[in-house]
Amino acid sequence: MASFEPVIGLEVHVQLKTKSKVFCGCPTDFGAEPNSQICPVCCGYPGVLPVLNRSAVEGLVRTALALDCRVNSRSVFARKQYFYPDLPKNYQISQYELPLAEHGHLDISTEAGPRRVRIHRIHLEEDAGKLLHAIGSRALDYSLVDLNRTGIPLMEIVSEPDMHTAEEAAAYMEGLRAVLRYLGVSDCDMEKGFMRCDANVSLRPAGTTGLGTKAEVKNMNSFRGVRDALAYEIERQTDLLEAGQKIVQETRLWDAQKGSTHSMRSKEEAHDYRYFPEPDLVPIELSESFLDELRRSLPELPSVRRTRLEKERGLSGYDAGVITAEKPLADYFEQALAAFEEPLRREAAKPLANWLTTELLGRLHAAQKGIEESPISSRRLAALVRLVLKGTVSGKTAKTVFDDMFAGGGDPETIVEQKGLTQIEDEVLIGRWADEAIAGQPKSAQDVKAGKAAALGALVGAVLKKSGGRANPQTVQRLLKQKLGAS
Amino acid sequence: MNLHELSARQIAEQVGARKVSAEEVTNAFLARIAAWDPRVKAFLSVLKDTAVAQARAVDEQVRRGEKAGPLAGVPVAVKDNMCVRGTRTTCSSKILENFTANYDATVIAKLRAAGAVFIGKTNLDEFAMGSSTENSAFFTTRNPWNTDYIPGGSSGGSAAAVAARLAPLALGSDTGGSIRQPATCCGVVGMKPTYGLVSRFGLIAFASSLDQIGPFAWNIADAAALLGVIAGHDPHDSTSVNRSVPDYLPALTAGVKGLTAGLPEEYFRGGLDPEVERAVEESIRVLEKAGMRFEKISLPHTDAAVSVYYILAPSEASANLARFDGVRYGTRAPEATTLLEQYELSRARGFGPEVKRRIMLGTYALSSGYYDAYYLKAQKVRTLIKRDFDDAFQKVDLILTPTAPTPAFRIGERTDDPLRMYLSDIFTISCNLAGLPGLSMPCGFSSKGLPLGLQILGKPFGEEQVFSAAAAYEQATDWNRIPPEPSRG
Repeated sequence: MASFEPVIGLEVHVQLKTKSKVFCGCPTDFGAEPNSQICPVCCGYPGVLPVLNRSAVEGLVRTALALDCRVNSRSVFARKQYFYPDLPKNYQISQYELPLAEHGHLDISTEAGPRRVRIHRIHLEEDAGKLLHAIGSRALDYSLVDLNRTGIPLMEIVSEPDMHTAEEAAAYMEGLRAVLRYLGVSDCDMEKGFMRCDANVSLRPAGTTGLGTKAEVKNMNSFRGVRDALAYEIERQTDLLEAGQKIVQETRLWDAQKGSTHSMRSKEEAHDYRYFPEPDLVPIELSESFLDELRRSLPELPSVRRTRLEKERGLSGYDAGVITAEKPLADYFEQALAAFEEPLRREAAKPLANWLTTELLGRLHAAQKGIEESPISSRRLAALVRLVLKGTVSGKTAKTVFDDMFAGGGDPETIVEQKGLTQIEDEVLIGRWADEAIAGQPKSAQDVKAGKAAALGALVGAVLKKSGGRANPQTVQRLLKQKLGAS
Repeated sequence: MNLHELSARQIAEQVGARKVSAEEVTNAFLARIAAWDPRVKAFLSVLKDTAVAQARAVDEQVRRGEKAGPLAGVPVAVKDNMCVRGTRTTCSSKILENFTANYDATVIAKLRAAGAVFIGKTNLDEFAMGSSTENSAFFTTRNPWNTDYIPGGSSGGSAAAVAARLAPLALGSDTGGSIRQPATCCGVVGMKPTYGLVSRFGLIAFASSLDQIGPFAWNIADAAALLGVIAGHDPHDSTSVNRSVPDYLPALTAGVKGLTAGLPEEYFRGGLDPEVERAVEESIRVLEKAGMRFEKISLPHTDAAVSVYYILAPSEASANLARFDGVRYGTRAPEATTLLEQYELSRARGFGPEVKRRIMLGTYALSSGYYDAYYLKAQKVRTLIKRDFDDAFQKVDLILTPTAPTPAFRIGERTDDPLRMYLSDIFTISCNLAGLPGLSMPCGFSSKGLPLGLQILGKPFGEEQVFSAAAAYEQATDWNRIPPEPSRG
């Protein structure tokens, strides 16, 4: 039986984080009382006109530059016409023929290695409102309209059909999210609808390059939803083709509860949007100097930062990936690292990454907190790592100190000082404990003398126990070996 | 002199000097309206209470010694497609029959600040689509010169109100001639400014790329004064142009020596009423005598203007009027049981036949598969029409034409023939397509005693030269000093 290759293209809608809406001065706060953030303009009252919010253009253009797009020096708005109660004017101001940006790409890392997903275009438009349906209620046999969301700036990022597995699509979404959050142009919270995704999915015989009949999948409201819906849809289409049936061009809705997609409308029922240039707005003209200014304002992007941390700091690909996935996390790491002077900094990078990714992130995750809310500042985490590197405390002790820091704040030096946790280096003291240990476990001592290196562990453990865990383990080992004449 | 015979500038001056109170002036015009409007039917609503309150506020301001605005105490009639906060704004449509505007249009806010008094909202063809006010969902306005005749349209109510001295000033809107053609029919001055000179914010859109608000007045100086108040950049209208507004008054006495006007051959061909032609030719002689030079020019794409207009204007209208769906405001069909039914019933009932005709025309022209052949082609021809004017204005400063091919026609004469109705605007449409300023003023009477009109077109933002020519012609003639007798006919 012929095998099939899935072809996936994504249309991602992202709300741009601006103070006011894209064509009027209304605020954009999430979760406000229904219809409390509206005005005649966003409600489509007779006679009103749109005025473009400059910061929405800036947010989109910064995104476009970060995705290596060509930014068009001249672009136009268009009216996309369809009737629906969440769209007060019954047309959406969007872009059609001349979008703000085109021809970019996003590099993603997948299990099979790095992939490049080309960006077809990015355009600016206004969001629609929300309908609240009282389903199944006899008393409320109507729908309510909340227009707070109407007019919030939305950018639509359209990819080329360059993805071939549900995992790649999910990696693309995550990569996009990382870039957008680095830029600070959106919070990309899918559950809140700040980032939404529609997918075009088709199959073709493996090894061919044409495109099969596609289905559009909508209503994937989480990253997991994207992965699950696409996996389901690929399987559905594969089953149909393998049974010798045809794919119908249609729009399908993902039902997360049922874990399946179902048909919403066929190609014949598709809208004719009757696009035409928006006569109420003038074309957007962008100067080179404006673009240069925005180009200069771009932060180091996650993929670049990741590579740099691997190369400059010797982090593993995995650690670098985890740390650079979120800008605040990477900033935290680099701030902590900056507390060390060379050459200690070189030595500190890896242990610092470990403390951060395993201890701190684990703890924060359990407490459902972000790195910004960490009770341990980057400076204090660095101070703790420094104590370990200098041998002031053992790794084991450091974990106790870390627990105290996480629970009650405070800097590690003070905690170590107050609790008397400083590592014991005193060779006279450690030598006395070593003698006691040897006397207490003659069998082990015999074994070590006979060349059984493994037996040393029990003696080291005994010494550490006597010291309350504070003796420097290296010193303990060295003195024990000396006393037993082992090398 | 009766108060209603004062010009707008005289009223403002006398109110400012406390020779007369704004309240007296307002009451005088309210009395005129009470006496004559039942015959003329220019007003959809008379804002008696708020007008008197506004007038009293102006008087109070003057009494306190504050500087009176340039239109202090001057009553202004407003076409009912502009939003005046707290007043019913209907567009002469059933679908907005009970709509109360919740904000002021920018022109209204500017007029408030200038001390003007809003005396009433005037009748129009539904959503400004028409040339006679016969498309109003409520009633037809009568021509004050002969009430069997149309006042022109779509701003027929505003033109008739000014002609009958029911208001010294009025606002109209002009998409294809809707200020200039009724100005001609009613024998008053009407002007469409350069596209972008006056804010459209608060004007209920018909065709966004063509609509422009402009003044009606008895004379050129009043029209210039009103334009001076409403013109200027508005941050709420992205298509309003950011440039300073000149003082138009010096232009009124600048004369026409050194100015050259073009006479486009395409406007003086067959189909032109002989009386109209004679009146315009006589006007040319008058202006020649005043020192203006004339030159024959050609605007080769003139013939395409009506076709281009009736693709582009309905296309934009089909989208602009989509918002009238009965969801948030306006008429809603209460018995609808589904969303689609609510849309269909509300709109079927709310819109009149001409509006439906244009929505269908525009929807068709923008549909997939037809867009290139209609909308896009029309845009290209629009560019050619604009280029005709650019070329002509290399040689001349102004262009003179008749405003309309015939005088006002009888009520009911063209209602069954939309194509013939559309040709009423044959001389005024190109000006909107090219975004130019155009003024119409009286230039004589037909044998039946109906006013005839002269159109003066200018370069983009060439309002001053247009006013200079118009003022020179006005000074040499006395057409505007003859008031109509609304009792006749």
